[in-house]
Amino acid sequence: MLQYLVRRIVQMIPILLAVALLIFVVFSVIPGTFASSVGADGRGMLDDKVIERMNEQFGLNDPVYVRFGQYVLDLMQLDLGDSFRTRRPVVEELASRALPTLRLIAGSMLFAIVIGLPLGFLAALKPGTLLDSVSMVTAVSGLSIPKFWLGLLMMFLFALTLGWLPSFGYGSGGLRHLILPSIALGVAPMALLARTTRAAVLDILNADFVRTARSKGMSEIRVVRWHLVRNALVIVLTTIGLQFGTVIGEAVVIEQLFSWPGIGSLMVDSVTLRDIPVVQGCILVIVLFFLVVNMLIDVLCAIIDPRIKYD
Amino acid sequence: MINRFLMAATTALALSLTAGAHAQEPRDGGTIRYTAAYGPSFAGLDIHSTNRTQDAIWAMAVHRGLYGWDPVAKKPTLELAESVDVSDDGLVYTYKLRDDAYFHNGRKMTADDIIWTYTDIMDGSKAYPGARYIRLIKGAEDVESGKAKTISGLKKIDDHTLEITLTEPVEPGYYLNQMTTAIYPAKEAQEKGFASHPIGLGPFKFEEYVPGSRMAFSRFDKFYKKDLPHADKLVITPMGEASARNVAFRNQEIDASILGPVQYQTYSADPELSKNMVEVAEYYTRVMGFNPGYEPFADKRVRQAINYAINTDLIIKKLAKGKAYPAAGWLPPSSSAYDKSMKPYAYDPDKAKALLKEAGYGDGFEFEVIATSNESWGVPIIEAIVPMLAKVGIKVTIKPVEGSVLSESVRAGKFQAFMWSLETGPDPLAALKCFDSSTPQSACNYTKFDNAEFDKLLEQAGNEKDQTKRIETLQKANKIVYDEAPYWFYNCNKAVMAYQPWLHGLQANPVDLALQNYEDIWVDDSSPVAE
Repeated sequence: MLQYLVRRIVQMIPILLAVALLIFVVFSVIPGTFASSVGADGRGMLDDKVIERMNEQFGLNDPVYVRFGQYVLDLMQLDLGDSFRTRRPVVEELASRALPTLRLIAGSMLFAIVIGLPLGFLAALKPGTLLDSVSMVTAVSGLSIPKFWLGLLMMFLFALTLGWLPSFGYGSGGLRHLILPSIALGVAPMALLARTTRAAVLDILNADFVRTARSKGMSEIRVVRWHLVRNALVIVLTTIGLQFGTVIGEAVVIEQLFSWPGIGSLMVDSVTLRDIPVVQGCILVIVLFFLVVNMLIDVLCAIIDPRIKYD
Repeated sequence: MINRFLMAATTALALSLTAGAHAQEPRDGGTIRYTAAYGPSFAGLDIHSTNRTQDAIWAMAVHRGLYGWDPVAKKPTLELAESVDVSDDGLVYTYKLRDDAYFHNGRKMTADDIIWTYTDIMDGSKAYPGARYIRLIKGAEDVESGKAKTISGLKKIDDHTLEITLTEPVEPGYYLNQMTTAIYPAKEAQEKGFASHPIGLGPFKFEEYVPGSRMAFSRFDKFYKKDLPHADKLVITPMGEASARNVAFRNQEIDASILGPVQYQTYSADPELSKNMVEVAEYYTRVMGFNPGYEPFADKRVRQAINYAINTDLIIKKLAKGKAYPAAGWLPPSSSAYDKSMKPYAYDPDKAKALLKEAGYGDGFEFEVIATSNESWGVPIIEAIVPMLAKVGIKVTIKPVEGSVLSESVRAGKFQAFMWSLETGPDPLAALKCFDSSTPQSACNYTKFDNAEFDKLLEQAGNEKDQTKRIETLQKANKIVYDEAPYWFYNCNKAVMAYQPWLHGLQANPVDLALQNYEDIWVDDSSPVAE
């Protein structure tokens, strides 16, 4: 087990380096710099001398290979550089945004699991019934609705019309501010989870070992608990792991809409302003998070299903 | 009986007038919940390192410069000085500094703080945006280039008397009221904690910053303006998303919101919301610039033809939803040198065709415009003019780009035409300097304007001490720009802010409506956060 974990962690290093190289190359090739982005909205232009000094200060006049070499060297010392915009270390910028993003992702995935799993199970256990149809229509709708639009609708309904929840912001970190963005972000994974669970459970229900168990006179509750759930859980967990990636990506839109101070909104703002060190830091953190979550899911799957080998 | 009736009526009238007066009397206390609408976050807590309006919005609470800005009189005013003596040649300014200006840590401001601040801004290794304004002071460039450690044009006479020598006789107030030149406490600003807890001379003390979420401030009791600020607290939330701002405003979670064209239309039509809107023509002119290096645009008749071929009024009505003023040349209606007698180019496709024919382009030509996706001065506007120009034989192709690419391409002259919103004030002389032939394209002479008569007029205006004559000369210069048509003069921004009925004291600031002197704003007791 330990060997497996170490191997997975080591495998992450080339992936992270490849991602770092890719981001670096992309942002070196596309036109526009931090200095040219300041005042791009026609407000607060910079003058030539300041632009020149900024490019020099940020090392943007150096050749790409020199900059990349320096970047990799810094990265090995866990130094992500300084933000062009705030002139503070990128690590500090990310640290200040990590908790809100983690809370948002946890909230949305919790919503997805708590609603999506039972919905999928119930639909599979009662195929062709009204419950099945309703849950699947809900699932398809959840997958199809644009997140931005759904978020706005929820704002109008729960904040403006009913007055139950605040429409934006982080507040002091309480639950009230978390509910709307979490649901808006969690609807799509919830829908996918419901559909995947339903399909997985239906497959297992028709499997030979389930039929055998039933023919031996095993009660339906025991069939579900010992055969159905354990076998379906591997597929469901894998889906959950993959959904983390989708959720992190879509958090960008939701964070912008709800003025949520997370890594997603930081990244969008930094891309617009060509604050390259911050963009690189955001993407690396997101990729790292995705890899770690999926590694943990793999480990969990192997614990649940002994047929899965660590090697 | 009649007497008693008259007496009762008089008393009732007096009471109602008093009540009215009371309703308008500023109230102390409560919280102002303001928004910063130009993005989802702030750059940080060092206002010297950023010149974005988004950051100036919070800095107006904490900091003050040597000069301030009077949005009503539309001119710079002395802020940290009580008086100033100007030498005959207009180069030496001797300021008597305020004796009652305190930093938020309780220390009194002195001339040393101003000298240190300006010198630090000119530190070349820091690349501070405010350097462009301090360069006005003699010897500042030497510090920037590392040739000197102190600015020779700054001289401390005593703790509260400062002498500044300029490089040219211009009004320094236009330069030194910028937030990027705000005065920092010399000693404290060099200490470690300053970066995370800014100290300034403004009406509110910094309390809390949650990056990407909000900044909170509390009333500074030793602010130098008597009995100000009114509010106890100020919370500023960065909210770049207009639709989210709209919901938050209607839900009474925020006190003020900058409106876009669609919201402007909706709010204007609403009997309640329309009661509380402040509008102003900002110092920004939206234009499509022509590169004279592209052959057809070298002929002014072609440039004029484009101005005649576009139905600007229709675009403003349909796309901008009336949230703009048609531009009659470069200077906006709020400018002190705006000439009311000047009218925008009329929509006249026949005249446009005639001019094109005269210029040798009777069969038309093609050109490409680079523009961002901005709804007010980007691709949507170009899409509207494409069929209008097609009617006179001109084919337009659109190249959508990001803001930073637009900025880089225009400065480098890599375009046939571009569309942008450009700063055209508050100083009309500085705004028109963008057309001086000595101004490089990368600075702001994007259309490589070169007109000897214009240059002469601008020089005259710069040397003119009589304000009326100076304005007249600038108007003449502006007229030349209008006639030469280096741009399609589209519109000047009508900035609109909606505010809650309990919020009072907002100023129609043409520099940027979002920039407010918070000390003058107050909330009445109907605010949900009046206490």
